[in-house]
Amino acid sequence: MNLNATLFAQIVVFFILAWFTMKFVWPPIMKALDERATKIADGLASAERGRHSLELASKNSAETVREGKLKVAEILAQAEKRAQQIIEDAKTQAKVEADKVVAGAKAEIEQEAARVKESLRERVAELAVAGAEKILRREIDAKVHASMLAAIKQDL
Amino acid sequence: MVTGHEAAANAPNAGEYVVHHLTQLNTSGHAQTSIIDFSIINLDSVFYSILMGVLGLFFMWRLAKKVTSGVPGRAQAALEILVEMVDSQAKGIIHNKESRHFVAPLALTVFVWIFLMNSMDFLPVDLLPRFWQYVTGDHHAYLRVVPTADLNVTLGMSIGVLLICIWYNIKIKGLGGWIHELFTAPFGNHPLLYLPNFLMQMIEFLSKTVSHGMRLFGNMYAGELLFMLIALMGATYGVSTGMTGPLLWIGHILAGSLWAIFHILIVLLQAFIFMMLALVYIGQAHESH
Repeated sequence: MNLNATLFAQIVVFFILAWFTMKFVWPPIMKALDERATKIADGLASAERGRHSLELASKNSAETVREGKLKVAEILAQAEKRAQQIIEDAKTQAKVEADKVVAGAKAEIEQEAARVKESLRERVAELAVAGAEKILRREIDAKVHASMLAAIKQDL
Repeated sequence: MVTGHEAAANAPNAGEYVVHHLTQLNTSGHAQTSIIDFSIINLDSVFYSILMGVLGLFFMWRLAKKVTSGVPGRAQAALEILVEMVDSQAKGIIHNKESRHFVAPLALTVFVWIFLMNSMDFLPVDLLPRFWQYVTGDHHAYLRVVPTADLNVTLGMSIGVLLICIWYNIKIKGLGGWIHELFTAPFGNHPLLYLPNFLMQMIEFLSKTVSHGMRLFGNMYAGELLFMLIALMGATYGVSTGMTGPLLWIGHILAGSLWAIFHILIVLLQAFIFMMLALVYIGQAHESH
């Protein structure tokens, strides 16, 4: 462990090496590190933005789905209402139709009854006349008393 | 010193082996005898120190040239981990952004460089010296391969840090401000305290620098010494009689493995400590008392 001029050589080498590192080694590495840090920061920021827009999109889509559901419900309600109405209309129409049929039938029945009555009346008049004829064969002339018989027929 | 004749006849004894391995290859052609002699340069320390520095910086430079801010490769990721580690340490200690443009790369350099120089310890202690002896044809050629186990290297770097501290002291506080601080801190601004303050400051600078360099040197020197002692165990194979040789040889493997594994920690830790202390000292130069 003797001291000699190696000491000074070492001091000079020391500064040369330090200078070299300062000039050619350190700056590019630090630059790359800083650039990467910036890149990572940008990446993180854009990821954050992406997350945000995703959130927004999912909120929008949820809103759209909700609106769609509302619309569907509305349409369903309308359709139901419409169906109800159609049924109601059909019912009304059927009722009218039925009434008409019933009325027709009634009229027919009445007509028939009237005709039966008429024929009955005629038959009653005939019977009455026949009876009376039998009773009054001689005295009563059907042709003479026709007007009277007609009056009777009318009263029946 | 052993002569060539003796070495050819006998294997060197343990003391000679260790001393030989701890002697630098220098410009004087023989082992340095005086403690301080500035006319001599340790060729091996300078060579391996520059080799390691250039190697480390070359790899980092290669990576830095094609560094990308996109997805990094493994090598780039590893370098980035290192750079980020150094950068965060520098940020925590030195709050001056402008100073960090120089100090943070300096810390990285110091860390990588010292780590690589310390790592020379992992090579078998005899490998490169024996190779060097073979190449030169001189069986007594000296070679030490761990630059950080040379006090000149570690003190050189710690003095480098001291120079940077002085530079920042002057830059941040101004020459007048720094001199003012030298005489008024740490005890206070009073004419009677000027001398104690100044002495205290000088002791502080001296002890910081010496301990900074000595800490690294001591760790690596001791580590190297231990590797040599372990190597001596294996060297007894075939020399010692009976079971001693084989047992010591097994001891070499066990102790060598254990110490090498533990040394990984020391190598890394000492590089980190040197870097941290450099940052702390430079950081202190930024603070006013």
